Amino acid sequence: MGSEKRTAGFYVLAAFFVLFVLFLYGPLSAVFILSFQGPQGGLTFPLNGVSVRWFQNLFETQAVGNFGASFGRSLVLGLMVMGATVLVSLLAGLAFRRKFIGASPLFYLTVASLVVPSIIVSLGIGVLFQQIGIQPNWFSSGFGAHLTWTLPFGVLIMFAVFNRFSPSYEEAARDLGASSWQTFYHVVLPMIAPSLIGVGLFGFSLSYDEFARTLMTSGSSNTLPLEIYGMTTNVTTPVLYALGTVTTVFSFLVILVTLGIILWVNRRRATA
Amino acid sequence: MNNLLARATPYIQATPLLLILGFFLAIPILLLLVVSFWDYDFAGMYPDFMTLNYAETLGSWVTWKTYGNTLKFAAIVWVITAFVGFWVAYFLAFHVRSATSQMVLFLVCTVPFLTSNIIRMISWIPVLGRNGLINSGLVGAGVIDQPIEWLLYSDFAVILAMVHLYTLFMVTPIFNTMMRIDKSLVEAARDGGAADWQIIWNVILPLAKPGIAIGTIFVVTLVMADFSTVQVMSGGQSASVALMMRNQMSLLQYPAAAANAVVLLVLVLFMVAGILRIVDIRKEL
Repeated sequence: MGSEKRTAGFYVLAAFFVLFVLFLYGPLSAVFILSFQGPQGGLTFPLNGVSVRWFQNLFETQAVGNFGASFGRSLVLGLMVMGATVLVSLLAGLAFRRKFIGASPLFYLTVASLVVPSIIVSLGIGVLFQQIGIQPNWFSSGFGAHLTWTLPFGVLIMFAVFNRFSPSYEEAARDLGASSWQTFYHVVLPMIAPSLIGVGLFGFSLSYDEFARTLMTSGSSNTLPLEIYGMTTNVTTPVLYALGTVTTVFSFLVILVTLGIILWVNRRRATA
Repeated sequence: MNNLLARATPYIQATPLLLILGFFLAIPILLLLVVSFWDYDFAGMYPDFMTLNYAETLGSWVTWKTYGNTLKFAAIVWVITAFVGFWVAYFLAFHVRSATSQMVLFLVCTVPFLTSNIIRMISWIPVLGRNGLINSGLVGAGVIDQPIEWLLYSDFAVILAMVHLYTLFMVTPIFNTMMRIDKSLVEAARDGGAADWQIIWNVILPLAKPGIAIGTIFVVTLVMADFSTVQVMSGGQSASVALMMRNQMSLLQYPAAAANAVVLLVLVLFMVAGILRIVDIRKEL
């Protein structure tokens, strides 16, 4: 296609794409603007003055439930899920590079984990913990429930990565006398590191926002999405939008900081 | 010794995945199957073997209506997301020229996905509400006298929010498969005298089918399991299977919810198996 002239089709599709992006961002920007609603303002436009009243409201303790504590739980849980997802997916990805008995059933179990409705996983784990007499908690049953959602994505990404990974690099390393551990640590790992970071970020993001799987598994204390879900039914002030803005900005910060670190490390590595 | 270790390695590496999915997925689902035959009252549930939970679930007209409603949502949302997903992916893969702008535009589409589903859902309230942006805009412009009531808290709102939430799950796999289509096939078709729509219909669409299938699996399973969108956006006026389960769970009627879960799971697995007959996803990774 190269340097051909743009056809009419291109402009139609470009317009369609722009509409799609507006559709994605439009409502979110409404929430963002309305979170700066004046003290007397309500849940809809027009803006009744501009203030940060609702952000303050958010950080006053107990005004709207315990935002800080649930935020902290979601953050820690997201980091735990991130670490476990990277490690387990990497190991499973390495395992699937070779033939082993049970590989196929394990693969289908992983895919099943992706397609089993979240609420069923949530109910199942909740009932399981009830039956074995362990109190469900966000860091135990909730952690496991989130892993059933993040691991299939992680494993499938590792599948894709290793399918395109040429074994000749490892053969070269072995020919030069590297042990299998040295081959992995000095050759394979640096090459797949970007994908691993991607898996980790994806895991964090999925866990940080996960809601249905946390419903029956978080025990007596809420994670952030549960807190927001509770607020949708009983909060009628723009504090809801302030919470939306804060959590959204936070997840963007996590992504941006991580990408920044990757770029910085890459640049240092390039100059070193 | 070394040989033995080498042979044991994949098993050791696969063990964490097996243990986690076994304990948090396989055992809970088997337990739900068991519990779905149990008896229960307001105080708890009791081991038993009775088919009453299934009889109540499957014998109730409400259940069938709810399943019908859920399938209706799934079908409509699938058609819309597949249409939008295909054209967005097609535009990105075949009309955007540089790899950098492809990546940037794709990231632009994925960014809203990083926000919580519930936030994205409630973000429709100031847009669709009785005094929302659309209504006040239309009234202000003199197009209508009264605000349109069915924009929010209706099936329309549910479907709109689901399309907003789930289209990305369609765009990503289709974009992924389209990026792997050899551009020379398109050139060859063009040299052979094919018109644009013929290239799309006879070359790109067949090659993009695996991506569409994977996107379909995502969208259909997500919609079938959705309860929060239905609850929030319909304002309690519409029902879905998962919402029915959710209500039973909040009334502590776990065996009844378990029976519902088993029925829903069987239905979803049949749908996925049907889609997988069309495409082998293992080949596509």
